[in-house]
Formats: sequence, structure tokens, C-alpha cells
Amino acid sequence: MTKKTFLGVPVARPKVAFFELSSCEGCQLQLLNNEATLLDFLSLVEIVRFREGMKEASDAYEIAFVEGSITRLDEEEQLKRIRSHAAIVVALGSCACFGGVNQLKNRFNDLEWVKKEVYGSFPIDTQEAKPLAAVIKVDLEIYGCPIKKEEVERIVTDLVLGKQIHHPQYPVCMECKARENICLFDLGEPCLGPVTRAGCDAWCPSNRLGCWGCRGPSPEANLAQLQIIMEERGISRERMIDRLECFGGFAGYLAGIKTKEEPR
Amino acid sequence: MKISCDIDIRHLTRVEGHGNIRIVIEDGRVRKARWEVVETPRFFEAILVGKHYENAPYLCGRICGICSIGHTLASIRAVENGFGITPTLQAQRLRLLLKHMETLQSHILHIYFLAAPDYLGVGSVLPLIQSHPAVVQQALRLKLLANDICDEVGGRRLHPTRTVVGGFTMLPDRYRLGQFRQRLQASLADLGASVDLFATFSIPDFQRQTEFVSLKGDGDYPFIGGDLISTDGVVKEEREYAAMTNEYMADWSTSKLSRLSRKSFAVGALARINNNFAGLLPEARVIAEDFGLRPVTHNPYMNVVAQLVECVQVVLESMQVIDELLAESWQEPRQSVEPREGIGVAAVEVPRGILYHCLHLDSAGRIVKADCVIPTSQNHANILHDIEALALFCADQGKTDKEIELLAEMLVRAYDPCISCSVH
Repeated sequence: MTKKTFLGVPVARPKVAFFELSSCEGCQLQLLNNEATLLDFLSLVEIVRFREGMKEASDAYEIAFVEGSITRLDEEEQLKRIRSHAAIVVALGSCACFGGVNQLKNRFNDLEWVKKEVYGSFPIDTQEAKPLAAVIKVDLEIYGCPIKKEEVERIVTDLVLGKQIHHPQYPVCMECKARENICLFDLGEPCLGPVTRAGCDAWCPSNRLGCWGCRGPSPEANLAQLQIIMEERGISRERMIDRLECFGGFAGYLAGIKTKEEPR
Repeated sequence: MKISCDIDIRHLTRVEGHGNIRIVIEDGRVRKARWEVVETPRFFEAILVGKHYENAPYLCGRICGICSIGHTLASIRAVENGFGITPTLQAQRLRLLLKHMETLQSHILHIYFLAAPDYLGVGSVLPLIQSHPAVVQQALRLKLLANDICDEVGGRRLHPTRTVVGGFTMLPDRYRLGQFRQRLQASLADLGASVDLFATFSIPDFQRQTEFVSLKGDGDYPFIGGDLISTDGVVKEEREYAAMTNEYMADWSTSKLSRLSRKSFAVGALARINNNFAGLLPEARVIAEDFGLRPVTHNPYMNVVAQLVECVQVVLESMQVIDELLAESWQEPRQSVEPREGIGVAAVEVPRGILYHCLHLDSAGRIVKADCVIPTSQNHANILHDIEALALFCADQGKTDKEIELLAEMLVRAYDPCISCSVH
């Protein structure tokens, strides 16, 4: 690989490793999914561990990207090992940041029912899905289900160059307006754009799908106002909650307005 | 020759998800030959219970990071079948185009990034960037094209945004569809080069008789819905899927397992070609024949060749679908949806084999019960029995430790398993 420079100064190629806990592994695949800039991206870092893509594996890495949420004790132990090796641990995607869709099973008040519903009497090991930060210190969170590769590449570049990493403080609504989309509420669709953290460039609303809040709340989110908007637009509380609870980012707010469900 | 080996691969690399291979041979006798699935379950079938139908495709797509489009389409079809909705011809064509491009994207990822390094004697695609730049570039071009079309039709290559029950939220741009048709035409040269590259690979000569299950074609090469068929002569309707999959659990796997006429069966590109060889387009069939791929081929390593043949098939069919779409003006993207009580079953051929979603819906459109049967879960038992047969074959042939390890890894990789998907 040719040596990378930034403003004429050689840039260090940090050793990075990728790991996955309970997940669809889609966030890691998103990195391979950026064919146009993949080779440039690969020259920025030295990948020493990426089970899904390479046979070689090393524990000598500086940055660990961890995808997925924790649902079993062996995953907690693995995560602690990763923490002890890595200088920087990055939570990659909504499962790692908030529990993701996996945490939807936590909404029932009976984990035994959840197990039985899928596996019958077969004994199976699981616990409530947790984000990485419930077990270790996380240095950086990259939001999204899936992650947006352009955003990841920008963040990784900043990380390698030692620049400060900023997440937008404003909600998806701002980006959506900037793209001059028709408001999903005007099309009669629910949308969490007013409260969800931006950075995806209004990915779903630009495709006429209301936001499901995969990136969690923006620091400026006004959730009480969201409830009023939904009511004014005649969107049921059930549909609003479906979206707020989908990825786990709004769990703190939901705890105040919803109790655990009885399995039907 | 008497051989001994102790192979213990924990978390096989270059596959999606977590599986282990264990082979112990002592003085030429196989003591242990195991395939173990250790993936953590995510309980999607429980998560869906109580949810309104509009959640189903959105959530089910997230079962898998590679075949999210296939899961989304299967879930939509299950809901539509449950409600008695027939998608418009336009929606059917757009869904097939989207499905085909996922197949191309996934097959190219597997062929080049996961399987080819073994045949080229390297540990990953990374050294190939230096040693085989043209090969890497052609793989990236093909994958980029497939993903670009998925973005245009589905809104997003991974976890699509425009695909909903009743149709699409938005339609693609007609001008860009025309441009994609030209790029598809041009991609045939890259696929030709891929065929030439594969002709230089020496595919392991290993056979084990098994049963192959797929959708049943009617003179065509089917991908979405229709009857089910096996090479042992079983034919069922789509709604009878459970009689085809017969799921059970075993202590070596957190994934459910399947069987039909024998102790295991296989699904995937090889199964599809074994069952629907006559439905291949002539250009694709010629490639299959050149590689000696004819029904019924029982060499599991040939699945990678079958995927390559399917790449040509889906590119040619996609060009035709785009022609059909452009020959007519756009109709409404989305039809109205009236929930009703019912059971909806969908069978869809996704890259790794036949996928079933079954949803029990109440009159308000809420999910009462959900069942998803994943291609890789249907393959796990077949992989286990292949590993057992491979161990005997290797012991008999007096292969070295390194050779056995590589052959076993290549065998599992040939199935292109999606293990986290299989456990879901």
C-alpha cells in the first residue's frame, strides 16, 4: 500500500479489528458495500482481524469495532477481552449502541415465554439484550440500522487523523427539510424525524418511509411535542410506540409511558 | 496410509455467523467429525408477536445483513398472501429485479471475497488487491452495479426502505433504469472473465448423495412463490411448507434443523440448478455444462459454480425485466391494504436457498404467530453429514492435516452459510 499523507504529513495506519455479537452482521458488510471507495478506505487502516472476511486473526489491535448487542454471558466475556486489548472501542450500529431490534424481546415481562415461543421445550440460553455500554466503557458510538458508510468513513478518517468527532445535535427533520422532501406527516405516515438524531441525511424519509428512530434521540429531542404531533395527525399511539421501541434508543423515554407487555 | 489429525476450528472464518468444525482421526479411523452452530439466538419469531403487520417486513429484513431484501420480500409476500392481496404486475417486476440484484450482490461477495481466496492460496481478498488487481476490480464493479440497482429500486442496498406491503413507497427513475440496463449488458464481460477465472480453479472431487429442495419451475427458473420440489420426488404447495421443512432441534446447534426424505437435504444455488436446469437461459446453461454441472450434481463444492451460473441468469433476466418495465408507463406504486384474518405463507429463493415466512394474522392485521425457516438452517444437517463423509474420505485418501483442514473449511464455505440468519 502507498503511504497515506494528510497535508504532507504521513498518517499512521492504526491496526483495527472487527467483532460481532448478536446481530445480522450487516454493519460490517456495509463497509464492504462501498465498492467505489473501499480500496481507499482499506489503505487508511491495517485490518488485523475481520472474521467474516479474513482467515488471519491477531489480538494486536488499537481500534476495535464491535457490532451487535449482548444476549449471552460468553458475549460479555468476549467483550471484556476486547476492551482489554483495544485502546479505542467503537460501538458499531444500533444493536451495539442501544440493543437494536434484539431488545424488542425485552418488552415482554416473561423471558421464559420468549424462549418457549421459538424453541418450545428445547433448553436455550439467552438473557435480555443489552448495549455494549452496559458491560464496558465505550469510547465512540456510530449510530444507525444500518450504519451509513459515508458517515463511518468520515468518522474513521477523523479518528485516524486524531480529529475531534462530532455527531449532529439536531434531528433528522433538519436534513429532510434540507433535501426538500415532502413531509411524511403530510402523506399521512408516522415519522420520528422530529426527534431522531441526524447524520443519515434523512435516509428513510427521502425514500418516502417515515423515520423509525434507529439512531436514537437527538440531544434536542422534544418527545412530549412528538406525542402531540402524532395525536394531531391522527396517528395511533400503538404506531408511535412501534417506532419508538424498535431500536432501543428511546428506551429511557418509553419507560415513563409504557409498562412491560404480557405475552398473548 | 494411516493418518491422525486433530482439527478444532472455533468460529470458522469467511462465513457469516459463528460455527465450529471438529475432526479427529486416529490411525486412519475417524473418531469425531462435527459441525457445530454456536450462534446466539435473537428470537425474531417472538419479537413479531403482537406487532401490527407493517412492522413485519421492516423487522424481518433485519434478520440478515446479506439477504435483507429476500427477508423483506418474503415477509411482504406472507402478509399479502394472508390478506389475499395480489401484487400488481409492476410491483412483481420491481420485486423480481430487486431480488435478482440481491442475488448478484450476494453471490459475487461469496464467490470472490469468501470462496476464491482458498482457490488462490491466500487468507483473504486483501493480498489479491496487489496480486490480482484486475480480478478485484471486476468483483467490485459487479457488486457495485448490483448494489446501485438495489438502491434505486429498493431505496437502500441493505435493509431496504421503499419495499412495503401493497407495493413500493416510491418508484425508480426511468432514465436511470435505462442506464442500468446498459451497465448490466456491459457486466456480462466481467462475468465472462469470472467464468474464465473459475475454469483455472481445481474444484475438489468429493461427492455425497443427498436430496435437493427448491421452488419448482414451470418452464422458468423460479425465485418468488410457487410450488416446492425435491430431487427425491416430493412436490408440495407453498402453503404446505412445514411438510417440506420438518424442523427439529439437536444438541449441536442453536439453529433449528430440517429433514425430508433422508436424514438431511440441501438448498441453495446447486439445489435450484439440480431441480430447474431446464429453466436456465441458454447462455447460463452453456456455462453450467462447461463445468460439468448437470442434474443431479452431488458435489457440494460445485455450489460456488452454480452461483456463478446464476449470476449470468439473473443479469440476463434483469435486462429483460427492465425492458418490460420501460415498455409501459408507471402505474400507482402502492395499492391499498385491507387487513383480514388469515395465515400467509411465502416461499422465496434467496441467495442461500429457499426461505419461508409464515404469519398468522388477526382481523386487525396484528401478528398472532410467526415462523421463519431459513435456508442455512435447512442446510446445517447436510453440512454435518458432509463433514462426516469428508473425514472418512480424507482418512481413506491419507490427506495431511493442513489439507483436511482446508477441505473442511472450503466445504462449509461452499454452502455460503448465513449462520446468524439461521439462528435468528
